[in-house]
Amino acid sequence: MIKRFFSHHPLMFWGGVIITLLVLCALTAQWIAPYDPIRQNLTQNLLPPSIHHWMGTDQYGRDVLSRLIYGSRVSLSVGLVAVSIYILIGTTVGSVAGYYGGWVDGALMRLVDILLCIPTFFLILMVIAFVGPSIINIMVIIGVTSWTDVARLVRGEVLALKEREFIQAARVIGMKDSRIILRHLLPNALGPVLVVATLGIGGAILVESSLSFLGLGVQPPTPSWGNMLEEGKDHLTDAWWLITFPGMAIFLTVLGYNLLGEGLRDLLDPRLRGSGRQ
Amino acid sequence: MLLSLRKVTKHFPVQRGLWGRPTAFVKAVDMVSLEVGAGQIVGIVGESGCGKSTLGRCAVGLFEPTSGEVLWDNLEIRGLAASQKRAHQRKFQVVFQNPYASLNPRQKIKKILLEPLEVHGLLRPTERLEFVKGLLAQVGLTEEDLSKYPHEFSGGQRQRIGLARAMACQPDMIVLDEPVSSLDVSVQASVLNLLSRLNQEKGIAYLFISHDLQVVGYLSQRLLVMYLGAVVESGKTEEVLRTPRHPYTKALLAASQGRWVMIEGEPPNPAKAPWGCTFHPRCPFAEDRCRQEKQQLLGDDNAWKVACWKWDRL
Repeated sequence: MIKRFFSHHPLMFWGGVIITLLVLCALTAQWIAPYDPIRQNLTQNLLPPSIHHWMGTDQYGRDVLSRLIYGSRVSLSVGLVAVSIYILIGTTVGSVAGYYGGWVDGALMRLVDILLCIPTFFLILMVIAFVGPSIINIMVIIGVTSWTDVARLVRGEVLALKEREFIQAARVIGMKDSRIILRHLLPNALGPVLVVATLGIGGAILVESSLSFLGLGVQPPTPSWGNMLEEGKDHLTDAWWLITFPGMAIFLTVLGYNLLGEGLRDLLDPRLRGSGRQ
Repeated sequence: MLLSLRKVTKHFPVQRGLWGRPTAFVKAVDMVSLEVGAGQIVGIVGESGCGKSTLGRCAVGLFEPTSGEVLWDNLEIRGLAASQKRAHQRKFQVVFQNPYASLNPRQKIKKILLEPLEVHGLLRPTERLEFVKGLLAQVGLTEEDLSKYPHEFSGGQRQRIGLARAMACQPDMIVLDEPVSSLDVSVQASVLNLLSRLNQEKGIAYLFISHDLQVVGYLSQRLLVMYLGAVVESGKTEEVLRTPRHPYTKALLAASQGRWVMIEGEPPNPAKAPWGCTFHPRCPFAEDRCRQEKQQLLGDDNAWKVACWKWDRL
């Protein structure tokens, strides 16, 4: 059955393969990385890819492959945590707005409109400038600034669902609003949210990489794909491997999440097929 | 009285001005009064769009009437505190028309039927499963069905599950909103028989809403005929069916018996209800007076009523 499913959804299969490999890398980093990712060896710096260093070494003589493997931990955890935070906020706001309607809905949706007017990336830059860069801060900030799309999506789902007769019946049975929202509305609204979450992880990883590239993300010497790019940019012409491999890693990871998300979308909700968000 | 509606009116805004204030209304329900006593079956019949479902939803507290009163056990529900309302709510349940939308697709039948008991703390937790199994047996389903999802059932079976869910609340009354309209004729009969049996054995009262005079006539003791949000005729079911007084009732009855129908066309847009008697554009007996004068319900409260000034000359 699984085989047949994937033969109908080849993109989802490859997305799944990429993400699975990434998760394995992150979980087993300390065993599979050939070198210590932070130990410098200045006599071995800027070596091109070879048998000993598959992806070469950087200007401090650190092994690029090892840094890449450890960097996957940053990308994965930023993606997962940031998206979890914004799914939580967005789902709460969206379901409350959709279920109660009226002025509650009006107020929350105007808040969403206001947030949508602010370029998220610059908002994040500004906040980071105040609170200082760290992995935790980045996760939280991406989370609390990116929930608007989810809120709108969940609101729409809830608006459609709450007129359905099983929700009306739940009200007549005498259930409290909290129970109706948590047990009856949300389980039926979560399919599309799962899709947006999967696609969103790729987006969050990109934001983290951009921040780290600007020096406002994960701080050296901890490796992240973004700060590897930043450190490699000075050697664009003489050491191509410094930016090619982290760039490829970011590209493949985001691609993987997007393929998985598109596949989930097709699987869960044929209505959304080909609407091409993000 | 178990349920009383007193001059219940429900307006829906259909148009809003610049500041969000409604500027036009649909009178979905207009000054409807009715009473349902313990164990009684009252039928409401009318075309689609005549406000009968809106009335049903007002009766179970899903809609708050624009004006008028809804009383449960002689208590005005607007005056009840939230916890009181929930306690009374249990006794007034509803079964909807569309069996495909009325069950949560992500819950198993067991969960669907246990939930009302948990919400109201009915029975001891250890007794609940037995009770639910008993309910399923009453509506003609088996114990194995407990672990299935709604999509595994047919429309008629789902309607029975919806009924069992309403029964799980141990209600005094169930509003049946077109409960058999989306079912095959053969299945309709079995659901109607089930409803009739539950009424006789458990003494549960029904407010039975349908567009089908035959179906309503089969079960109900009293009958209300609605047209464009208002009651045009009411009385004992057998009497209304034997000697209909209002031209609209006559037409409905003729249509349900497959005879020639003397009314034509669609009911008018309720947002622009006609002047005078709302039925006059389709009434073969309409005169000038019908076009100018709004009709009152004539007759006495306990026997029959009709909203036509010349009913005795038709």
